[in-house]
Amino acid sequence: MLMQKSTENGVLLDVRDLETHFFGEESVTRALGGISFQVKKGETLGVVGESGCGKSVTALSILRLLPKLTARTVGGEVRFHGRDLLALSDREMRRIRGDHIAMIFQDPMTSLNPVYTVGRQIAEAVQIHSDASRSVAMAKAEEMLRLVRIADPDRRVHNYPHEMSGGMRQRAMIAMALACSPELLIADEPTTALDVTIQAQILRLIVDLKERTGTSVMFITHDLGVVAETCQRVIVMYAGRIVEQAQVNDLFARPAHPYTQGLMRSVPDRRQGRQRRLPEIPGIVPSLREPIVGCSFAPRCPFAIDICREKTPILRDVKPGHAAACWRSEEVIGA
Amino acid sequence: MAAYILRRLVSTVAVMAIVGIFIFLLLRLAPGDPAAIIAGRSATEEIIAGIREQLGLNDPMPVQFLRWVRDMLGGDFGTSIFAGRPVLELISQRLEPTLSLSILTMILAVTVGVSFGILAAWRTGGIVDRLLAAFSALGYSVPVFVSGYFLIYFFAIRTHWLPVQGYVPIDSGLGPWFVHLILPTVALSLAYIAFIARVTRASMLEVLSEDYMRTAAAKGASSYAMLFHHALKNAGVPILTVIGISFAYLIGGVVLTETVFNIPGIGRLVVDAINNRDYPIIQSVLILTSGLYVLVNLTIDLAYTLIDPRIRY
Repeated sequence: MLMQKSTENGVLLDVRDLETHFFGEESVTRALGGISFQVKKGETLGVVGESGCGKSVTALSILRLLPKLTARTVGGEVRFHGRDLLALSDREMRRIRGDHIAMIFQDPMTSLNPVYTVGRQIAEAVQIHSDASRSVAMAKAEEMLRLVRIADPDRRVHNYPHEMSGGMRQRAMIAMALACSPELLIADEPTTALDVTIQAQILRLIVDLKERTGTSVMFITHDLGVVAETCQRVIVMYAGRIVEQAQVNDLFARPAHPYTQGLMRSVPDRRQGRQRRLPEIPGIVPSLREPIVGCSFAPRCPFAIDICREKTPILRDVKPGHAAACWRSEEVIGA
Repeated sequence: MAAYILRRLVSTVAVMAIVGIFIFLLLRLAPGDPAAIIAGRSATEEIIAGIREQLGLNDPMPVQFLRWVRDMLGGDFGTSIFAGRPVLELISQRLEPTLSLSILTMILAVTVGVSFGILAAWRTGGIVDRLLAAFSALGYSVPVFVSGYFLIYFFAIRTHWLPVQGYVPIDSGLGPWFVHLILPTVALSLAYIAFIARVTRASMLEVLSEDYMRTAAAKGASSYAMLFHHALKNAGVPILTVIGISFAYLIGGVVLTETVFNIPGIGRLVVDAINNRDYPIIQSVLILTSGLYVLVNLTIDLAYTLIDPRIRY
């Protein structure tokens, strides 16, 4: 495990050994098997992996928004400015949400409340975290809609979500998230549910706003192309663990984990045209209901040897700032 | 919107016409000669013929129907056979107790039922939720004439906290009026509280798992704001619907409750009228309550638009 000093300079969020379980009728799903990572001030951190690898659970665990009845964070720390969020009271946690850490979600069609105007929903975030009056908050909402480049913000502020397109709703979600100038924005697959042309616009918007406001961003996606365009650093998750962590350039130049390599090969390459069939990673993601012995990727891994099936590899540096959880990283990089 | 209201009003007229035909036929299709039934066993042929003439029963049925409708539209609901007084006068005398009981019951049922449902949904499996499950089973299955007498026994006869039965008009003082209405209101409300609470709970549970609730939480909204601001309005349409349905059942429930608690309202008037075969009263009460019910439903359909901006007519 990574063992950094508590408040290292420039570190905004310091997650340590975060462990979250889902409790079913008869079984426990270990959705997060103790992950550690940091988000530095002003950086954009990409979190990549297949569906079910624990990306969204990580985000929800940080904000303590997991479904109460079925999920619980059973271990670890989430240090934000040095304070462990997991130890805060519900009231203190509410002050963090929306004000210091904001989040945008995958599906803008369902993430806005259908019975209130978009302006009112943005104004609500402002009013929760300040003593602004309704009219001041509504003016702020209009200003935010202008910031996310929605045309006619003075009119749109009075629109209901169903009167807006998907792209516009996601812009409104971003406006809501940024209304209180958060220090960290968690974006959970913010473009996945949108049309390709709209995706590019939303990505550019998030990158632009990040530059302008200096907000740190945790960008959750399954799309390595998005990571390349938006992030400085990236963590790759598999089966509830971090398998690789690196600067974006290093990751693309020299992936040190066989899973990351597999992910990269399955990204369509425009230069090669359509003839080539995309290689896929053989096998399926392991069930997290039973404890996994050895490396969780071993059954699907072309590099797997005996030790991989017996001992769980820990994250170790292959070079400064680039770590992988693989017994054979050196061979993997060379391959 | 205006066009919709107009269309609904037109269809209301059609519905009322059909209801009117059924109510009209009630008297004519009852076994035996209505005039003979009205006159009683010992009446002579001449008396029966006189009554038949007086009621216009010798005319063709459509003529009789149209005359009945025309009279009602002119505000003439006929004369009670038994009391010999205008039906409208008898009804208006009995209106206050029934309205008092109905309105208090609806207020109690909606406030308690909705709050109960929200709290149960907020903590599923918690104490309130389990209490609701037990209470609603009871509320549904225990009829007013059982719960009513239980309430009377414990809160009136044993403890003397509340009056046993009867009604005090509102002019005689708000206090006595209210005190006399507590037990009947509670007895009548139980079933509606159970009904409204169950629907509220189900509707809230569905809404609470929506994505926008998570968005609200991510904004830092309090539990109170989440439940009452974000969730309740979204859960409102089904809740409003059952409140409308409750109104329909209320009419039946009022008859029983007024009998149990000896309240001189419309319910008792109807029961007495049925015993006396006082057809003009029965018909008038039926047509008026049907009209009221149709109107309540129209109001509720229009109220949907206030709750959900996606509903537009």
